[in-house]
Amino acid sequence: MDNKIRNKKTRKHRAGKVLGDIYAVIIYAIFYIPVAVMIFFSFNNADRNYYWQGFTTDWYVKLFDFTNKDLWMALGYSLLIAVLSTIISVTIGVLGGIGLKKFEFKMKKFIGLMIYIPIIVPEIVMAVAMLIIFMTIGIKLGLGTILIGHCTFCIPYAVITIKGRISGDNETLQEASMDLGANRLQTFWRITIPTIMPGITSSAFLAFTLSIDDVVMSNMLAGASQSTLPVLILSMNRTGITPDVNALTTLMVAFMLVAMLTVNGIQRARAKKEKRLLAESDAIISANKK
Amino acid sequence: MKSKKKKSRLPFLAQAGPVSAWMILFVTIPMLFIIFISFMSRGTFGGIIYEPSIKPYETLMDPVYFKVILKSFEVAIITTVSCLILGYPFAYYIAKKPPETASRLIMLLMIPFWTNSLMRLNAWMLLFQTNGPVNNLLISLNLISEPVTFIYTDGLVLLGLITNFLPFAVLPMYASIEKLQKSLLEASADLGAKPSVTFRKVTLPLTFPGIFSAVILTFIPALGTYTITDMLGGGKVLYIGNIIKNQFGATRNWPLGAALAVLLLLITALLIFIYTRFSKLDDMEVL
Repeated sequence: MDNKIRNKKTRKHRAGKVLGDIYAVIIYAIFYIPVAVMIFFSFNNADRNYYWQGFTTDWYVKLFDFTNKDLWMALGYSLLIAVLSTIISVTIGVLGGIGLKKFEFKMKKFIGLMIYIPIIVPEIVMAVAMLIIFMTIGIKLGLGTILIGHCTFCIPYAVITIKGRISGDNETLQEASMDLGANRLQTFWRITIPTIMPGITSSAFLAFTLSIDDVVMSNMLAGASQSTLPVLILSMNRTGITPDVNALTTLMVAFMLVAMLTVNGIQRARAKKEKRLLAESDAIISANKK
Repeated sequence: MKSKKKKSRLPFLAQAGPVSAWMILFVTIPMLFIIFISFMSRGTFGGIIYEPSIKPYETLMDPVYFKVILKSFEVAIITTVSCLILGYPFAYYIAKKPPETASRLIMLLMIPFWTNSLMRLNAWMLLFQTNGPVNNLLISLNLISEPVTFIYTDGLVLLGLITNFLPFAVLPMYASIEKLQKSLLEASADLGAKPSVTFRKVTLPLTFPGIFSAVILTFIPALGTYTITDMLGGGKVLYIGNIIKNQFGATRNWPLGAALAVLLLLITALLIFIYTRFSKLDDMEVL
């Protein structure tokens, strides 16, 4: 009797597990279907993507003919903006993350609240608010204003990531370094930065992906300057997107995936090496004790 | 003595200074200024005339705009509820996996979001074209006899919204379920509670901060989006975001655009205020 109940329970449990797996597969499918379709249509033998008209790899070849100058210009501009806003926002984010964690000051609570505004408030609100200010003061719209827009939503993520990385250990290490005679700058470069390095790489990655995919800020704050890639795609949507755009965005995601895996691999190898060194030094210490 | 004091201010200024200055210059001031502008008058040829007026807010009450506002709320609420219902079991599923697997599953969730978001939206369009794959499939299954028009409908916009915001609902809920202590669930079971009771009386209340974060991170952006509605609604279906954007393009009614933006700001502020009543902003798990 007892056994029977248990059997029934495990059977029920197992059925639940299978159901859970099926559910997860469906959810992942919802996320991956559009990506698959996007890649699929980069091989479409049609002038514009509406319907599937046969397989071709021509679009990848045409992409590297550089005949579609608009597309490459837009990509170049997007990359430039993404790189610059990553550098600016990670720098300010690292300093700010440390500063907001370490120091107590009057405005701290207020700044802590402000950091969440760009994350939560709809981007269109931020973009419009900045646009009005820039127009009123008379700042010319262009690269500079787009950069300000992008950094404003990238900095908060960087600050939050870095703040989460700093723990009590960090402070002990810093104090040890200062006690051993290192000055502030040396301690910052050789102790603080290495210990928060994983946070720096992940916030840089996040800033880059946020910036390169942004439409709203880029669209509102560009003025008459060059369009970024997403803004170009938005404008192409009505008339039909050419499959070379699919080819380009496919290559971009492939590139990101490779970059991510490489960084992950390096970090894992480094962690392994550190572990080994630690084990070795432990062995030496215990041998010395004997 | 004086120089020592000065020296100790330097790291503080270098570290907390830039971020504070940036946030005040590019977040606080623009937000205050847009509230100010929303109470000004519209120039004859666009722009602003600095004469106080509540006309922008009166215009919001105009049936034409009010309908759009109501509809945007309706769509945002449907999106949020769908994301919660779809996302909670999924977050639960991931949280119950061993940590290594869970972090892989989360990674797997993020990868599709490295592709261009507009191209992903465009992919839904390609699938749901009038003579596209979905219609063909439905016809071949004899479920429909004539192609159904999906594109530029509210339904497709909703699909775009839900698929776009679902991860932002999953992540905070996952974080709060993961933090849930197993011992509490065991205690509840030991005391004779059925799994469904444990879920209702222990799991759900304890993961409520995560659920509310999910609400904030889906409802507010869904209310303010204009790219998703533009891509999938073809500009035919208007939402608050589209109206705001239009005021700074062809229509040129800045104060009205500002008033709509202030409406979104107020809703954001209200939700954040509610959230901070029971949880800390720093625990929101926005990443």
